[in-house]
Amino acid sequence: MKKILLSSIIVLIGITFIGRLSYLQIFSFSPDQVLEDPAIKAIYDYPERGYIYDRYGKLLVGNDPAYDVMVIPREVKPLDTLEFCNLLGIEKDRFIEKLRKARIYSPRLPSVLVPQLSKEDYAMLQEKMRKYEGFYIQKRSLRYYDTKAAANVLGYIREVNERDLRKNPYYVQGELTGGRGVEQQYEEILRGRKGVQYIQKDRFNRDIGPYKGGILDTLPEQGKEISLTLDKELQEYGELLMHGKRGGIVAIEPLSGEILAMISGPTYDPALLVGRERSKNYSKLHYDTIAKPLFDRSISAEGSPGSPFKILNALVALQEGAIQPRTTFRCYNGFYVGSTKRGCHCGGGIRNLNSGIYKSCNAYFAGTFRKVYEQFPTTDEGQDVWEKHIKSFGLGDFLGYDLPTGRPGRIPGKAYYDKWYGDNRWASSYIISNAIGQGEVAVTPVQLANMTAAIANRGYYYTPHILKKIEGEDISIPQYVQPKYTTIDKEHFEPIIKGMADVYKKGTARWVQVPGIEIAGKTGTVENFTKIDTVRTQLTDHSVFVAFAPVESPKIALAVYIENGYYGSRYAGHIASLLIEKYLKREITRKDLEKRMLEKTLEHEYAKPYSGEEFKINEYVW
Amino acid sequence: MSGRKVLKRIDWLTVLFYLLLVGIGWVNIYSSTFSENSSSFFDFSQLYGKQLLFIGLSLISIVIVLTLEAGFYERFSSILYIISMVLLLGLFVFGKTIAGATSWYDLGFFNFQPSELAKVATALALAKYLSDIQTDIKKGKDQLYAFLIILIPVFLIIPQPDPGSALVFFSLVFVLFREGLPLYYMGLAVLGVLVFIFTLMFGTIWVGIGLALIIALFLLLKKASFKVPIAPLLGIFVISIVFSLSVNFVFNNVFEQRHRDRFSLWLRLEKDPDKLEQIRKTIGYNTYQSEKAIESGGFFGKGFLEGTRTKGDFVPEQHTDYIFTTVGEEWGFLGTSIVIVLFTMLLLRLVFLAERQKSDFSRMYGYGVISILLIHYFINIGMVIGVLPTIGIPLPFFSYGGSGLLGFTVLLFIFLKLDANRLNEWS
Repeated sequence: MKKILLSSIIVLIGITFIGRLSYLQIFSFSPDQVLEDPAIKAIYDYPERGYIYDRYGKLLVGNDPAYDVMVIPREVKPLDTLEFCNLLGIEKDRFIEKLRKARIYSPRLPSVLVPQLSKEDYAMLQEKMRKYEGFYIQKRSLRYYDTKAAANVLGYIREVNERDLRKNPYYVQGELTGGRGVEQQYEEILRGRKGVQYIQKDRFNRDIGPYKGGILDTLPEQGKEISLTLDKELQEYGELLMHGKRGGIVAIEPLSGEILAMISGPTYDPALLVGRERSKNYSKLHYDTIAKPLFDRSISAEGSPGSPFKILNALVALQEGAIQPRTTFRCYNGFYVGSTKRGCHCGGGIRNLNSGIYKSCNAYFAGTFRKVYEQFPTTDEGQDVWEKHIKSFGLGDFLGYDLPTGRPGRIPGKAYYDKWYGDNRWASSYIISNAIGQGEVAVTPVQLANMTAAIANRGYYYTPHILKKIEGEDISIPQYVQPKYTTIDKEHFEPIIKGMADVYKKGTARWVQVPGIEIAGKTGTVENFTKIDTVRTQLTDHSVFVAFAPVESPKIALAVYIENGYYGSRYAGHIASLLIEKYLKREITRKDLEKRMLEKTLEHEYAKPYSGEEFKINEYVW
Repeated sequence: MSGRKVLKRIDWLTVLFYLLLVGIGWVNIYSSTFSENSSSFFDFSQLYGKQLLFIGLSLISIVIVLTLEAGFYERFSSILYIISMVLLLGLFVFGKTIAGATSWYDLGFFNFQPSELAKVATALALAKYLSDIQTDIKKGKDQLYAFLIILIPVFLIIPQPDPGSALVFFSLVFVLFREGLPLYYMGLAVLGVLVFIFTLMFGTIWVGIGLALIIALFLLLKKASFKVPIAPLLGIFVISIVFSLSVNFVFNNVFEQRHRDRFSLWLRLEKDPDKLEQIRKTIGYNTYQSEKAIESGGFFGKGFLEGTRTKGDFVPEQHTDYIFTTVGEEWGFLGTSIVIVLFTMLLLRLVFLAERQKSDFSRMYGYGVISILLIHYFINIGMVIGVLPTIGIPLPFFSYGGSGLLGFTVLLFIFLKLDANRLNEWS
């Protein structure tokens, strides 16, 4: 016993130690220690962010150098503060305060003293900089915008937040990333890859040489330049037309799904979110809860489509054999649902498909809608078929375009109405508003534009997208280069398109014709309501217009949605015609109309609900 | 006995373990004190160069130790003991203070630490006393003398203050146990330590319940023929409870905050993350940094001269008491376990050698050597890897320091000399 006591203790100690060491070095060990190691500091080398061009190669976004004055407080020697402050262009008190804060942050590490000097200041300062020990100038690059338009499409650059850091291990606190729009969507392409240099530190945080002789270090990878599908000129022109108006415009090239213009009003100058004033400007935009300039109405505003939706109902009816182009309905300056009369502005009389479309007859489409449901033994089945057809146009769900924001819109199915009315307790008459695009359906402008593109193509569409080229190479993302077919047969489109062309020739939009261009379109006048002090109040109608041109070989399809613009051809129709002319002819012949559209604003309409006074809607002031 | 005979009879296995440990130790000292602008191994302005010098001195001392007559150590053990006690006393007058402890004589070219000599001398003196034909360790009076031999250097060293070195001397009780000191002394000591720890961790009530359960279990499992020692059991129980209560009192009222912090850190008593962070930055800084450095080594380590935390000097005293962290960081689990295995094999080999001695003196001295090496190794590595509280004593053969290396070398090789000489004796 006595003889083996000490030996057992020795062995026991050995086992304990090895156990503890295996816990520390095998179980607790994590391979990415390099990042947590206090002895290693990573210094990053950021590549220049990729440029962004429009579809014709015109520059939209580039980079500008910016110069930060940095300070390492420990190394600062006594200096002529006044002279230095004059050079920097800041007051002495502020300078001293900044220096104090930098020292509190760390005496040994660099802090930003004056951010983002102008090029002129930099040139002046650069020569004298070596006189001031402990200060140096650090160059970095900021976004430069060669346009005042497309702010919401392009997005902006922001500092990474907690969520980004958790989600993506690439980022380190304080780095920049794209926010919204293309900058966010194509962040990784534009950003490139930062280079890293590992530096060995001692416990005082001093550099004592490269870590492992630099074998882990990497060089930065340049960001790639991209071309968007946008037409810079069209985009800028559209935004000018949008002046003083709220709403969204989306123009698409039907044969490719490329987004030619994507306009949201009101918008802002993208340069506001760069540089020294960024956070002030951002707050201002962010807290403007009335105009919501950061809200991209072209992809996020869900609203009733109004009359353009009638076209889809007509297509569904033709496909299901519920009507023929020659089928007629009588309009009594309205139509009856049970004993209630609903109004119509078409003038009354017998309507067939063609006149139903170009006069936008509510009675005709209510009749058509009922006939579709009458094809089926139950309303449920009718609803399923209707929903299937409508959704095949890309409505009622996220379209799949390459921008990070958006809304799905709404195409109600039977479950929606079962919940609302109860199982089997509703019929087509309950949902007759859907016939004319009022009711429960909701769409975004981009969905409307895409629907128009599908009609222009006579039955298929390409998912709208914004990216055209990466480093000069056309994209080949299957999602964007393969056509998606609707459930409507090609032959049913011709009578419809004939009707839409007549809208221009002799119908609701005959006042907005463009000389020399044949356009197919459809107006919409959307009733809408808001709540003022909990009272449901009707506001001036939204002005909606969808169109494509030329009719036979469509090059542009677009949707214009102008909030509270009154009837369809009043604002939306005019703006659409100007955009089509701009895109196809590159110049405007109707200077009077252009001038009127550029100057007129709807601010007085938008002020009405906030005025606190009684107000009239749908006033004919021109 | 001629030198050639010594070379023939010396236990080469032990010598091999010794050389390996010293060699590995120096490599790690080199790594933790090396800087980019020094080139030669023999740069004596650098600590690793100095250590190389000390290794040379140790090798010379080995020759001297082996050349001297084996009987010399037994004969002169008392004188050596007295000399070393005088040297310890002399520190109060002539001592040089380094890092707050007056433990050194300044000899110009190096600082001599007499407590290292005292370890050797005490081991010798204790062996000498116990091997005396008239000493009977079962007797109370002789036990008292034996303890006195151990305690005199302890009392001389504590005021330096160097509690770590003082603690080392207590390890010599292993010699006493080997020579017949009743084992229940150790049982009581172990019980005392356990009660102390468990009281801090769980409180007196749970200690009481635990003890009662153990006693109940003991009574249940007893053999029918076994007479129950009711009185001693009850006595132990009562004493333990009283001790447990006094632990609480001492811990809260007598200990200083830094002591409390050390224990809270060791026993993971502090649960509040803010306070824990505070402890890590102050009193627990060493332990935390060394644990982290060892952990970061992983299985294979970062490689020789690649330890980032070693290079960055994140672990204070890394070349002395915390040298094992360098092994952990640069050589990984592979390196640390090899060092542990080497120490274990060395110690087991020494036990084997001690047990084969014919002379009582040699065996007892051998046990003294093992005890001293073992406690250094146990406390040092235990502290570095965070299983023991911070007690500053060096790792034998490894840590930077001349007195230490010389002391351990002489300690070990006197025993090897005795072992080599065992066949010449006829007791």
